[in-house]
Amino acid sequence: MSETEQEFTETLTIPPPEEDLHHPMEQYLRMERLPHIWCSTCGIGTIITAFISGLQKSELDREKVAVVSGIGCSGRAAGYLRLDSFHSTHGRAIPFATGLALGNPDLKVAVISGDGDLVAIGGNHLIHAARRNINMTIVCINNFNYAMTGGQAGPTTPLEANASTAPYGCYEFPFNLPYLAESSGAVYVARWTALHIRRLTNAIAEALLKPGFSFIEVICPCTTLYARRNRLGDGLDLMRFYHDNAIIRHGADTREVDIGFQDRIIVGKFIDKEKPTFLEKRDQYLKSKLGEQFIPYKGPNDGH
Amino acid sequence: MKADPIGVATGSYYIDGDHACAEGAIAAGCRFLAGYPITPSTEVAERVAERFPKVGGMFIQMEDELASMAAVVGASWTGTKSMTVTSGPGFSLMMENLGLGAMMETPCVVVNVQRGGPSTGLPTLTGQADMMQARWGSHGDYEIIALSPNSPQECFDLTITAFNLSEQWRVPVLFMMDECVGHMTEKVVIPEPDEIEVLPRKYYQGDKESYRPFKFNGAADLAPMIKAGDGYFIHITGLTHDERGYPIINAEAQGKNVSHLVDKIRNNVEKISIFEEDCIDDADVVVVSYGISSRVALKAVEDARAKGIKVGTLRLVTVWPFPEGRIQQLAGKVKSFVVPEINMGQIVLEVERAAKGKAKAILVPHAGGWVHDPDDILAAIEEGAA
Repeated sequence: MSETEQEFTETLTIPPPEEDLHHPMEQYLRMERLPHIWCSTCGIGTIITAFISGLQKSELDREKVAVVSGIGCSGRAAGYLRLDSFHSTHGRAIPFATGLALGNPDLKVAVISGDGDLVAIGGNHLIHAARRNINMTIVCINNFNYAMTGGQAGPTTPLEANASTAPYGCYEFPFNLPYLAESSGAVYVARWTALHIRRLTNAIAEALLKPGFSFIEVICPCTTLYARRNRLGDGLDLMRFYHDNAIIRHGADTREVDIGFQDRIIVGKFIDKEKPTFLEKRDQYLKSKLGEQFIPYKGPNDGH
Repeated sequence: MKADPIGVATGSYYIDGDHACAEGAIAAGCRFLAGYPITPSTEVAERVAERFPKVGGMFIQMEDELASMAAVVGASWTGTKSMTVTSGPGFSLMMENLGLGAMMETPCVVVNVQRGGPSTGLPTLTGQADMMQARWGSHGDYEIIALSPNSPQECFDLTITAFNLSEQWRVPVLFMMDECVGHMTEKVVIPEPDEIEVLPRKYYQGDKESYRPFKFNGAADLAPMIKAGDGYFIHITGLTHDERGYPIINAEAQGKNVSHLVDKIRNNVEKISIFEEDCIDDADVVVVSYGISSRVALKAVEDARAKGIKVGTLRLVTVWPFPEGRIQQLAGKVKSFVVPEINMGQIVLEVERAAKGKAKAILVPHAGGWVHDPDDILAAIEEGAA
């Protein structure tokens, strides 16, 4: 056997299993809570993997990272991550996270939740947190429907798409989330799909390190409900669809990135700009008005 | 622990109940307030907005009361004493995350300066018609603590008590003021910091692996807390959960979790309850009241005594948990209870329930907008003594 052949064979040889096998991400997961509740071929698991990779890549002290979810399939994300994690009420992940972020300014707070949670029932909180430029990262998992409750139409369901509460197809105009986030004041706005793992991971790392309100929309296959009702095939078919129809366009005008039914999906990093965060602005402003009388908020006040 | 001097504006003031409540909160160590403007409670938030930047506090005006309450629960998990302030319509919106606070066993204080309802009702005029909402407002079974001050001085003193109770029992505490008390201006004395007892949060000290954020035993020794960011990697949820905080969706877990939420208060009513009694021993009639109505009732009680009626008073300082045991005791001795309240009959139902038919419970209702005519209360006392 030549040296090259030997090297090749060695590469192919699967090493014998060590006695104590560990998942490379298990220190970031609540292993005792697995298996998770998500359907097979759902994209949320992949997005969680990207989140953990992005968090590792950001090199943030994970003790100072908290994650908050709302209610729904994506709302279960917080429950599987071994971080300080909070599973709040429907739509209120962002204001809950606002309490954490302002209560302890040393924390980086990530909100992982769904489109229905963040944009319908929680829509008001989304735009106001963006307006204030609260220091938090939103990972908005968009599966185009309310999946936990059985596939109802929501604020992102594309025109004509079928849903259990739109049995003849959806006739409401959906939100264009990057446009909504940008126009509300977000300093970082990106969109990827559950197929774009590497780019999503990078975006999460970037967003976590970005001071202020960052927003990442992740298009996510819901094969059990949305895809089945709309006869779009299985998980692999959806991945193929993303592959063939996602157009990477960094810096795209967010007014032009709306999503139609089985239409092209424009992805990329759309916005990355500088603006003082809520706390930076507050402290700088109050200091200018109150001078020495101003005492910045330093976090928990109980002497611990 | 004594109050942090930086938050204590020691002195003698002529201020209203709303402002006194704000000062009480700051003295108690509250450093986070998320709120939304609403009459007649706004002055509390306004004073806090002015004072907090000078005492190292964080005030944020949220987009609505749903967000305010959610932010307060979140902030409390960072270890900061947190509160919100509202009135009827906002109180209704807060019910969602008040339930979250109860489920997450999160210390915090919710001030409700009550006005006339239902709906928009009487924004600028008084009411006491949210008392049952305070007890039952959020869905599901839980117990709560609620206080009802009857003067600006009590708005200061009892706000501190409210924070202490919330830390002691890991429960949202409702501070049920009313528009009269909130807008009444009287002398308020703010004592020296070393005369103010403040209960610090009980924190866990052991190793991280064995930490449990909850202890479901319905007893007074609740699980100590930790702060988000301390590296414990806690999980806290509004779902039914176990002592680790992990969701468990079955009847057994529900039994343990909910029984604990209820029992930790119900089993400790005597430790929590605060009420004031006067001339109870030989009374034929006892006036049970709270908030502003307790002061209006005094005139009727004086008039009744002048007429030779043996009438005592029991003022509920904590309205919830209801001091059922004490009413039961008295019911065996007195002919009747008279309950004046600025609603169409709420706490009177509790009195009636606790009296178990051994004494009458006579309601003196008022739909709101103003306080009772003392003569109406007097007439009820006379009826009760007959």
